[in-house]
Amino acid sequence: MINYNVDENGFYGKFGGAYIPEMLYPNVEELRQNYLKIMAEPDFQEELQALLKDYVGRPTPLYFAKRLSEKYNTNIYLKREDLNHTGAHKINNTVGQVLMAKRLGKKRIIAETGAGQHGVATATVCALMGLECIVYMGEVDIQRQAPNVARMKMLGATVVPATSGSKTLKDATNEAIRDWINNPEDTYYIIGSVVGPHPYPDMVARFQSVISEEIKAQLKEKTGNENPDYVVACVGGGSNAAGAFYHYLDTPEVKLVAVEAAGLGVDSGESAATSVLGREGIIHGSRTLLMQTEDGQVTEPYSISAGLDYPGVGPLHAHLHQSGRAIFESITDDEALQAVLELTRLEGIIPALESAHALAALGRIGAKPDETIVVNLSGRGDKDLTTYLDRFDLHGK
Amino acid sequence: MENRIKTLFEQKPQGLLSVYFTAGYPNLEDTVPIILELEKNGVDLIEVGMPFSDPLADGPTIQQSSEIALRNGMTIPKLFEQLKNIRKHTQIPLVLMGYLNPVMQYGVERFCQKAREIGIDGIILPDLPLSDYVREYTELFEQNNLSKIFLITPQTPEQRIREIDSHTNGFVYMVSSASVTGSTNGQAVANTDYFQRVGQMGLRNPGMIGFGIHNRDTFSQACNHARGAIIGSAFIKALAQEGSLEQNIQTFIQGIKQEV
Repeated sequence: MINYNVDENGFYGKFGGAYIPEMLYPNVEELRQNYLKIMAEPDFQEELQALLKDYVGRPTPLYFAKRLSEKYNTNIYLKREDLNHTGAHKINNTVGQVLMAKRLGKKRIIAETGAGQHGVATATVCALMGLECIVYMGEVDIQRQAPNVARMKMLGATVVPATSGSKTLKDATNEAIRDWINNPEDTYYIIGSVVGPHPYPDMVARFQSVISEEIKAQLKEKTGNENPDYVVACVGGGSNAAGAFYHYLDTPEVKLVAVEAAGLGVDSGESAATSVLGREGIIHGSRTLLMQTEDGQVTEPYSISAGLDYPGVGPLHAHLHQSGRAIFESITDDEALQAVLELTRLEGIIPALESAHALAALGRIGAKPDETIVVNLSGRGDKDLTTYLDRFDLHGK
Repeated sequence: MENRIKTLFEQKPQGLLSVYFTAGYPNLEDTVPIILELEKNGVDLIEVGMPFSDPLADGPTIQQSSEIALRNGMTIPKLFEQLKNIRKHTQIPLVLMGYLNPVMQYGVERFCQKAREIGIDGIILPDLPLSDYVREYTELFEQNNLSKIFLITPQTPEQRIREIDSHTNGFVYMVSSASVTGSTNGQAVANTDYFQRVGQMGLRNPGMIGFGIHNRDTFSQACNHARGAIIGSAFIKALAQEGSLEQNIQTFIQGIKQEV
């Protein structure tokens, strides 16, 4: 049987590892040696579980979307990660990592952010713990995700614009890594996705795995069967998908559907569909699939969704793609926007642009009337309202 | 077989000056002229930077020079083409420095063979893990007579420094302080405890101090603690000055070497 979890060297199949300059080695090594031990400590778990329950608001509901199910003539459940405190799944990870940072005695927290959801979730837990917080965000993303920038500032974080390259998530990540090189003693880097050098992909997946842990129990309660036929989630770096897939990885009858952003179309030159357009390479310390030129220069991705606008993908997902364990779909900007409107008008839920990519794949799956689909609704759409009002021409109506 | 880096350290006891520049900057065809001019001005070793789109360990100066070099059309095949006949003109030790991904896409084996054909003496790939190198590439580098140069930092534990030293041949690249390249805050030479600690370890390789070495003062102080020092960002800034390449290089290098 293929192993879908990380091996002792930090690899998922051939992907993963820690391709980092020596300057980062002591910090990453400290984390590698301690993360599993700390996560297993009873008082760590007690503190984490209490925060997830009373602060984040877990468990999040598993909601049977009746009208959406009728539309697609199947049974669709939405895992409501959008109802978490701060509006997305990102806080599952930041709560865990901030406790990790405290156990390691770190005083200063840095993070990268794309859509701003991870930045907000990091700024939130830093406010909660009284820790200094610096968030790196691409200049382009600062423009298109203004509400989240305001929230981070309100929470006391310093938002530093990343002005190099495409000025999006990839460049924000570069800047965060440079900050960590410059501050190796007191600083903890809270990576927001299942990317980066080992042990980050595994640690973030474990903190997000609460999503599929809950789906299993909730689905069992509702249908008598803990296994759906499909689990569908969007993938940028891939943290919400990792969390939604985690406890189903070794259950082959549950089909996993990973949905990437096609941008203006996979062949348009303006896309972020890494599984289609990427080749094996190294980005942000990890061997994975990567959009790059023939000469190995990282190319600039595009998606309307800042959270999916990333030229790589987590090594777990590269492995799921290559091994055929997950089905990969790509959804264009327009298809995602259609799905936003559809969910909003059928169910009264405004999804985030990222999550809308997962919803838009419902039409591609071809599920039968007696089958069950769980869609991970990773975030809410408040941060995208300006885009929605523009694109749906709702100004002044 | 002779390796020019090894010979250099055998022949010159102290005050070695190594200079890094980004190939393809300021202009695509400047690579060979810069090498020859550096040699003429008495530089001991040259690190030719292979530009990468996402240079994680580099500060703004090398980031920008890399961006411009890539825009100018620099690639690994292009660089090899430019350096094809370099050994007809100079015997200065040459090291190629860059990030792993472009080398991986070119093919590590093909890269090492091509480097040997040209007469390259060493390779620095900061994001190639020591463990991967030991497992997959040691023989390849040795077969092609290439020194593999690894970095250490003030945070590197003693045991790991020894491990790195045992797999390095050429020199140990001592990153001066916790910083990306191009810092000018003076911290580069402040960490004398670290330099002494490494100095007293009796490593088999000589040490060169780099990162943040940017003028005559920092260079000469670094030389008090190691066999020599490496200058990168400050040199790249000097190349951007008005005036000819030759003039800029001469002014900068003479400024560094004065009275050392």
